[in-house]
Amino acid sequence: MLKYILKRFAWMILTIWVIITLTFFLMHSIPGDPLDVGDSGGSAAASENLRAYYNLDQPLPVQYFSYIKNIVTLDFGPSMTSRSSTVNDMISSGFPASLQLGIASLVFSVISGVALGVLAALRHNKMIDYITMIVAVIGISIPNFIQSMLFINYIGANFDFFPVARWGTWRHVILPALALSSGPMAIIARLTRSNMLEVLTQDYIRTAKAKGLSARKIVVKHALRNALLPVVTIMGALTASVLTGSFVIERIFAIPGIGQYFVNSISNRDYPMIMATTVIYSSILVFMMFLVDIIYGIIDPRIKLHTKED
Amino acid sequence: MGIPTKQKTEHSSVPDDLFVPLNKDSAQLENIVRPSVGFWKDAWQRLLKNKLAVAGLITIIFLTIMAIVGPMLTPYSYSEQTLSNQNQPPSAEHWFGTDNLGRDMFTRTWYGARISLFIGLAAALIEFIIGVIYGGISGYKGGRTDNVMMRIVDILYGLPYLLVVILLMVVMGPGLFTIIIALTLTGWIGMARIVRGQVLQLKNNEYVLASKVLGANTSRIIRKHLLPNTMGPVIVSMTLTVPGAIFAEAFLSFLGLGVSAPVASWGSMANDALGVLNTGHWWRLFFPAFFISLTMLAFNVFGDGLRDALDPKLRR
Repeated sequence: MLKYILKRFAWMILTIWVIITLTFFLMHSIPGDPLDVGDSGGSAAASENLRAYYNLDQPLPVQYFSYIKNIVTLDFGPSMTSRSSTVNDMISSGFPASLQLGIASLVFSVISGVALGVLAALRHNKMIDYITMIVAVIGISIPNFIQSMLFINYIGANFDFFPVARWGTWRHVILPALALSSGPMAIIARLTRSNMLEVLTQDYIRTAKAKGLSARKIVVKHALRNALLPVVTIMGALTASVLTGSFVIERIFAIPGIGQYFVNSISNRDYPMIMATTVIYSSILVFMMFLVDIIYGIIDPRIKLHTKED
Repeated sequence: MGIPTKQKTEHSSVPDDLFVPLNKDSAQLENIVRPSVGFWKDAWQRLLKNKLAVAGLITIIFLTIMAIVGPMLTPYSYSEQTLSNQNQPPSAEHWFGTDNLGRDMFTRTWYGARISLFIGLAAALIEFIIGVIYGGISGYKGGRTDNVMMRIVDILYGLPYLLVVILLMVVMGPGLFTIIIALTLTGWIGMARIVRGQVLQLKNNEYVLASKVLGANTSRIIRKHLLPNTMGPVIVSMTLTVPGAIFAEAFLSFLGLGVSAPVASWGSMANDALGVLNTGHWWRLFFPAFFISLTMLAFNVFGDGLRDALDPKLRR
């Protein structure tokens, strides 16, 4: 098991390094100089100073190594749009809101998705099954940015209970988290339902029934554990969709999070900020995939057998 | 073999001499009476039985036809501005109303359908080509080649796909072809994995071995045996790629990274409507939102039906 975790961990580090390198060279392959766009009319000396400030006067390999060195110490350098603050300042001011929104969405989508899926499977071809499938279809077909526009216009505008602008109380989280989690929730619900339906026909479920176990124990101990394996597998991909979805959702709901900064940094060509957000989001994502692999290894005994063969 | 006496008494109404041995040629027994139903025909028949999937297919065909002829049904062009006709609600003149620049929404909606469907189909096709070649080579060669190729895929798989797309849009500048390149840059990975898995499973089958023994070369084995048998999951994956690409385009256009004005796309039309929602111009959002959702729904339902129809486990 330890060997498996170490191997996965090494992969995670390697992937993050590849992402940092790719991002760095992609950003530096953009034709033109980022400073030419923002600073027309400055003196030559001022331009020199700015170049030195952003570390652009060095040859590319030197820049690359100093960037890597700074990232290892979690220093993302100065921002290009707001001269006074560093990227780290902006990230630490935006991170809490993004984290709240992301965690609320993930937790909500997993809990409601699994609950709906299990209920639908247990009441197969009954009312709740149809309702679940309709909710799932809506969640998959209507893009999250359209859902959030509908939420703002029809729920937020009519009920004071759900404020749609600014950020602060838990009530601010509900609507954006709902819009952000409906897609992943729909996928989880569908997957859980079909897996539960398959698992419930297995022989060991009949054996458990024959032993006289209570219905609750059969569902929780025998069926759910097996039905949730595929759900765990797609958690990495779902985290990715929540992360990228948050760019749009934060923009629509005017949430002061990193996603908002990221979108703004794209239109402002704030390269250090774009790189920092890319690296941070990728690292979170790769870390989630690492966690998924570990959890998968713990709940599925077949994975452990596989690593012994290696 | 004697017939038990008990049974004899039960059937006493039928005299024994009426029982004559069935006179059948042994050669005749081998004849196949019913026409043989091939895999594809069988899958097609099962697809037609799935009403939801058929509805999805009809919707896709309808959307495609409308994307082609829709913009021609009105006297307006997608970029023609009539400033005296701003924000008109749907009427006999402008079936879907007009936007804030007086452009006809019906024309723009179907023009947007062209863009969305084109991006979806182009992405699916390019991913198909790269994925099948990469996955096919990796799966068939096996060993060290497979190992190296799959490690590369593993790393690329860790890249968050929309981040790569956004980065590329920044580097290359927004535009239709940038979107397609950006989408396919990481999109082929899923396809390559599916093809590799299938080929790995298939290449050790007896009929491949038999074909080898009979002297078929590698290219014939791949073309005639391996690829046709991988097509089921590949087609399903392609059908589900299309809505993904359409969503990604709408998402990027919504962020302002997609097609640039005056070209219409459903995402950019929805984005334009963002600021005017509280003014009661509901048609500005409704039509692009409705058709994005309808397209996604149709492709997802059709893809699901196709998956069920092509699944050998469900084949009776």
